[in-house]
Formats: sequence, structure tokens, C-alpha cells
Amino acid sequence: MSNVLVLIEFSPRGEIAASARGLLAAAATLGSPVAVVVSATPLADDDVARLGELGAAGIYSAVTAAAGTVLLAPAVDALSGAVDAYEPAAVLAANSVDGREAAARLAVRVGGSVLADVVHVHNGNGTVVAQHSVFGGAYTVESVVEGGLPILTIRQGAIEGQAPTVQAELKTVSLGSNAEGVVLIDGFHDDPAGSARPELRSAATVVSGGRGLGSSANFVLVEQLADTLGAAVGASRAAVDAGYVAQTAQVGQTGVSVSPQLYIALGISGAIQHRAGMQTSKTIVAINKDEDAPIFDVADFGIVGDIFTVVPQLIEAVKARSN
Amino acid sequence: MKIVVLVKHVPDTAEERKLDLATGQLDREATGGVVDEINERALEAALRIKDSNKGTEVVAMTMGPEGAAQALRKALSMGADSGVHIVDDSLSGADTGRTAATLAAALRSTGFDVVLAGNESTDGRAGVIPAMLAEHLQLPLLGSLISAEIADGAVSGVRQGEGGTLDIHTGLPAVLTVTERFPEARFPNFKGILTAKRKPVTTLSASRLGVQAPVSRTVVISTVERPPRPAGRKLIDDGTAANELAEFLVANRLV
Repeated sequence: MSNVLVLIEFSPRGEIAASARGLLAAAATLGSPVAVVVSATPLADDDVARLGELGAAGIYSAVTAAAGTVLLAPAVDALSGAVDAYEPAAVLAANSVDGREAAARLAVRVGGSVLADVVHVHNGNGTVVAQHSVFGGAYTVESVVEGGLPILTIRQGAIEGQAPTVQAELKTVSLGSNAEGVVLIDGFHDDPAGSARPELRSAATVVSGGRGLGSSANFVLVEQLADTLGAAVGASRAAVDAGYVAQTAQVGQTGVSVSPQLYIALGISGAIQHRAGMQTSKTIVAINKDEDAPIFDVADFGIVGDIFTVVPQLIEAVKARSN
Repeated sequence: MKIVVLVKHVPDTAEERKLDLATGQLDREATGGVVDEINERALEAALRIKDSNKGTEVVAMTMGPEGAAQALRKALSMGADSGVHIVDDSLSGADTGRTAATLAAALRSTGFDVVLAGNESTDGRAGVIPAMLAEHLQLPLLGSLISAEIADGAVSGVRQGEGGTLDIHTGLPAVLTVTERFPEARFPNFKGILTAKRKPVTTLSASRLGVQAPVSRTVVISTVERPPRPAGRKLIDDGTAANELAEFLVANRLV
């Protein structure tokens, strides 16, 4: 079975990033997953075990002093070393800030092409076929790479399930560090995000707030409903621009794209740019005082009403039913 | 200092954008074209450097069909000094690899100290062109910036990563990409619109740049339009709507 490389990222706290599960699951449908990992010190036994649990048959562990001080260049060097060592059928990375930059550089370096923001992959008679959700899910497009290595960036939260657990075979290499023409990291600052809630991109339920909330103090209403439902918190760009909530919560054309089981839009008019980030949700609920708000065009259940009246009643009604 | 700002002429996101179902390519007739907003923010960043240092030269560069010249015209009216338009029928439907190879050749021939771009376009959203350019040009990339400080021979900035922000720096020349956290762009004023007509625009073609299409390429094999969502229920709240919604959620096992 052919090898499929997977670039593994670490969270700022040094844990294997949440994207690893979906990446390894996608890789396992195409071939034998090999995790490519860059670290300053040899990979901890816990991480080796965890990657095997997530389906990595092999681990290419590149150890370099530059990890953590040089931006991204070590990851690209490691990937290109792993391409030589494993002659993979495809390379997968998260469609994250780091993942897509690494994928892009690797494509130029090794003569491949990038299939970007992939939501599903399959093996079509020996060819890696990538599926994309384009223009907010208005189109489903399938694409392949001809004449080179397919390098895929996988939309975070799009791949469900987990690859079968295996015993990972560890290969450790030491990577030289080139200090010329690189970007150096001077410091890191955690996002002050409410990490107690589910992650927006993979949450089963998302509650989002818009301009209709009126102030950042009122935005707590969105958080209360989210916490009642065990949901992630999202927002329209208008709410982000008005400073009600952090930019990382932005759902839409230029923010995060989500496809949860349930999406609840509170005080969001539903401009086409917002709908582009949520209209593939399985069930959409909208509450807005403007009867003509375009969000109602995509809502399965819409309430024309005052969010400050309806939402507290909804919280009570849901609590009463779950008791 | 010479700053090249990459601008892309894209379909207006305020309208319904369409793909040609036969080719999978963008239907350019379906919507009006605009300069991608993120590129306007990149241009604004360049123009602010020029505002404080008159010796700065700002070049707007685009690759696209004839109509993309509008994007350059807008950039010139905002304050860019000159434009470069890469236009060539053979580039129609170019994938990211081909686009990056062509832009890299154009950047080499134009010359620069800094390349400024948006982190991702609103149409393709791949977000890979700047990193591909950086690799072609063997340059550092400061990507996904929420702020930047460009001074003599060096650039530092704050990068928005997945779980937080990073303070980063490198030397020039370099490629930088900005995010929506950068300030909104200025509007062209009357004088800007008038003088834009006299500013030079260089037209380049793939053959003139001597760029071969890369051997590896992406091919669209199918394009399917999603059926419209069926209309749902819409209640006017009379005090009972919240209860009905709770029942709907329970009945559909959503809570």
C-alpha cells in the first residue's frame, strides 16, 4: 500500500493539534499514513503512542534546534525529506495558517500541486480525488493532480471518524538548521479564547450572534444559549467589526466555514457573505426582529421576534425539557 | 524602497457567484468584478509607508483577463505609482501553481524590496500563492499578519496563528501577507482618480516572461450545483415561539 504523508501540528501548549485526527483518518482512506513531526527534542513516548492510536503506521520525526525559533522552514524541510524517504502517493496538511504555507512551499520545491480546502478525499482507481465545497457550499467540485505529487490542505472539522489504531513505526532524523533568509519567532501569545467551549470548526452545534446584539455586554446572551446547548460560539463579521467578540469567532466568507448539525443565528441579518460560511449546516434556526432579513431564506425554523425576549425563554424551555 | 502589492480582480461577494458547470471555472459574466477587499488593505499598508516616506515606490500587480485592468485602475487612483498587468489567453484557468510561477517571473522582472498580498482571496480562498511565490523567489514569508513594521532592511510583525499570535521578524527582501485586522483602505479622491489615468501600466504576457507551465497541475473533474434549501417554517413571535422552537429541537434530536 502506498504511503501518505501527514503534517502534524502541535498546539501552543505542545499537544498534538486537534487537526491530526481528521488528517490521519483521511490519509488512511488513501494508503498507509505516515505522520511527519518536527520538534526541538526527540518525540515523547506519549506522542508516539497517541499518533499510533490516531492511525499513523509510520512517524517521520525530524529533530532540530530550529523548531520553535524558526517559522515553518523546518516543517517544509522535514516534509521534503519525508517525500524522498517514503515516495508518497499524497501529502496532507491542515488547511490552517501553517499547514497551507507548508503545503504551498512543498509543492514548488518537489514539483507537486496543491488541492486546497478539501472537505472529502477518496481513491478513484489509484488517483487521489479531492472534493471541495465552493462559494459557501453552493457548488461541490472534485479535482485531481496530474503530472506531480498531490498535496492536499484539509478543511479543519470536515473529516469525521478516526483511522484504526496501529503500532507506529518511529523513524527519527536530525535536521540541519539554516539561519539564512528565514523568519524568526520572538514570542508567542495565547488567544484569550474561552477554551471550555467546543471548537467552532468541529462543533455539533454553533450559536452565533450578530449586530442585533447591540453591544459586547449583550453578547453574553449568545454565550448563555451556547452553554445551555453545549455549543460553540460564532459571530457575524458585523459583530466582530463592532468589537462584540474576538475575530476568531467570525463565521462567513472571510472567517471560519462551519457545517454543524445545528446552527442558531441570533440577530444576524444573513448577508450573503455570512451565509457563505454556514449555509451547509444540517439544520438552521434564525431569530431576528426584521421579518425580511435574508437569513430566513436559509432557515429551517425562523422566529420573527426580539432576541432579548425569545432567547431567555428558549433557554428555560430547553432546560425544562432536558431535566 | 519598492513595494509591489498583489491585487486580484474578483467577483463581488455581495452578489451570488457562479461557476461554469462544464469547466468548473469562474463564470465572470455572472457578477460584477471588484478589487478583493483584502488586497485593498494590503495596498493601504503600502500607501501608509509611502505617506511617511515619499521615497517609497508602490507598484500594483495583477494577473487576469482584460477586465482585471479595472483593479489596477482602482489601485492607481488610491495612490499606487504604477501598475503591472499580466494578461495572456494561455493563462485562462491557470491553477495556483501556474499562477505562482507566472507572478514570480513578473516579480523578478519588476524588482522589489517587499511583496505585499492578502492572506487569501475571497474567490479561490486557497491562501497558497504568497508562500509559493516566496519559495520560487527563495525569500522569507511573513504570512497572516495582523500588524507589521517595515523599516530599513528589516520587517517585524504579529502573525495570527491557530491558537494565538506570534511575534516574528526577518530581513528584506521578503513577502508579507495581511489579514482583515489591517486597517480599512482609503477611498480614492478626485485628484487620485484624475491622475490615475496618466500613471504607467506595463502589460506582460507569459511568453514574454518566458514562463513555462509547470509539469504538475490541478484538474477539475466535476462541478455540481447544490440544490436550493427548501423553505422552512417562519413564526411571528406571540410569546409562544420559543416553546415551539424548543419542541422542534427536541423532536429533531438536536438538543
